[in-house]
Amino acid sequence: MELFRLGISDALDLMQRGEASPRDILDAVFGRIDAVEGRVRAFVTVTRDEAYGRLDGLGGPGEGGPLSGIPLAVKDNMCTKGIRTTCSSRILEGFVPPYESSVTDRLRQSGYILVGKTNLDEFAMGSSTENSGFFVTRNPWDLERVPGGSSGGSAAAVAADECLGALGSDTGGSIRQPAAFCGVVGLKPTYGRVSRYGLVAFASSLDQIGPITKSVRDSALLLNVISGHDPRDSTSAPAEVPDFAAGLDRGVKGLRVGVPREYFVEGLDPEVERCVREAIGVIEGLGAEVVEVSLPHTGYAVATYYILATSEASSNLARFDGVKYGFRAEGRDLVDMYMETRAAGFGPEVKRRIMLGTYALSAGYYDAYYRKAQQVRTLIKADFEKAFADVDVIATPTSPTPAFRVGDKISDPLQMYLSDIFTISVNLAGVPAVSVPCGYTSEGLPVGLQVIGKHFDEETILRAAHAYEVSTDWHMRRPPL
Amino acid sequence: MKISAGDVEHIARLARLGLNDEEKRMYGAQLNEILDYVDKLNELDTAGVEPTSHVIPIKNVFRRDVPGTSLPREEALGNAPQAADGFYRVPKIID
Repeated sequence: MELFRLGISDALDLMQRGEASPRDILDAVFGRIDAVEGRVRAFVTVTRDEAYGRLDGLGGPGEGGPLSGIPLAVKDNMCTKGIRTTCSSRILEGFVPPYESSVTDRLRQSGYILVGKTNLDEFAMGSSTENSGFFVTRNPWDLERVPGGSSGGSAAAVAADECLGALGSDTGGSIRQPAAFCGVVGLKPTYGRVSRYGLVAFASSLDQIGPITKSVRDSALLLNVISGHDPRDSTSAPAEVPDFAAGLDRGVKGLRVGVPREYFVEGLDPEVERCVREAIGVIEGLGAEVVEVSLPHTGYAVATYYILATSEASSNLARFDGVKYGFRAEGRDLVDMYMETRAAGFGPEVKRRIMLGTYALSAGYYDAYYRKAQQVRTLIKADFEKAFADVDVIATPTSPTPAFRVGDKISDPLQMYLSDIFTISVNLAGVPAVSVPCGYTSEGLPVGLQVIGKHFDEETILRAAHAYEVSTDWHMRRPPL
Repeated sequence: MKISAGDVEHIARLARLGLNDEEKRMYGAQLNEILDYVDKLNELDTAGVEPTSHVIPIKNVFRRDVPGTSLPREEALGNAPQAADGFYRVPKIID
């Protein structure tokens, strides 16, 4: 077997049995990167030297942490000490963090090997990775199509076997939608489950880091390492962290699965609908009880999100002013320097969102937009609480369509925003959700099934996703690269 | 039209974003389109609904007030576009 095809769990087993060394696996991964990266373009920075440097510090088989010797990629909006971290923005092109984010710190302690930092829509603002300030990442299943976004680099790198797994971040679907588009597993944990310290902030009340992997079990293994309270992030929850891999095989017998009628509406691609309905049928066949539920405010989620997320972003991105780090343009005076720096450093989507957020927060409009959106957020959250009084998990399509073509939506921001229609409510409610491959269109494009759970109940959505995954072979397919 | 050309310049100034004429036109049109879409929120009666700013019930996170270690000055200045004598250097503020 080609070692770069391995997932995390299988690689750990192989190393445990002494059938492959960390160096064998790392060689295979970099060989794969050399072979396909020119076409996929998943990475902003490949960290080959650092990766081989880390090999020497690893113990033998059975020694070291739970991810000892596992090559992973990290989205380039998480700070890595001494390794440049760009957010795929010109304004941070030369930024080398003097500190390590909490998630990558935990990964380091677990023995992982960083192979590179992956491309994203600038500051994670986008659904296609076309908004990267550097280049467009391609979908490994069809190089003419987008990988989704904003964690498109991480999802493409995993799908193309350029790493064994990766981290992404998800503010409105940025882990789950690219995972669906690229045929891999993407998990957004409960808000507060994973520390955001060192994640460059986009919308602080919505941002959450999570794994993108080749299997549900791998997702659980990564979540085990990155979860837990962190005193450096005051919004990280002091909740107990279970072993997410322990209960995966318990099956779905008796599990109540809700299917929200508002997610099967006009605009849903018929092939996506077919795959998702068949997947729900498979889960029912495994002993789950499927019932219809209603999330009545679903149609208001995108509007709510684009007020709240842009407002928070306009505030968070005020820090990029050309003074302490990043790019600086010359100006006549201080304010002119700020304006020229931000004009040259930010791309069009980031500027658009800063403008919208600044407007929504400006004097006279706060109540009409920001406060109104916060109130609708309460209603959306209440929808989920009501549904979860009756069901254990909710199953939906991850995205209304499969991967679209590069260039198709880039000139129409509203159409691009609407591609996140099935993922955004989850962030507004703060609940966890996982996207798992559930079939392919007639053109061979992957489709994702989204399983949504209660606050801090990642165990149940992982269990349901795993039960589905092992009874199908979608996750075994690989793109024709 | 919710946002006029004058509004676009005002917002850009508040956001410290230098925009050229083409960008002002484009963002003006796009923001109006997006805000028209956002108007659908007004279909909902939210009188008496508490706003949600944070989804997890965490409040008043305190820690002990003990001094920790700071980032060394050299490292803190390491990414500065301009630094001099141990400080960040910026254009003159006071005439």
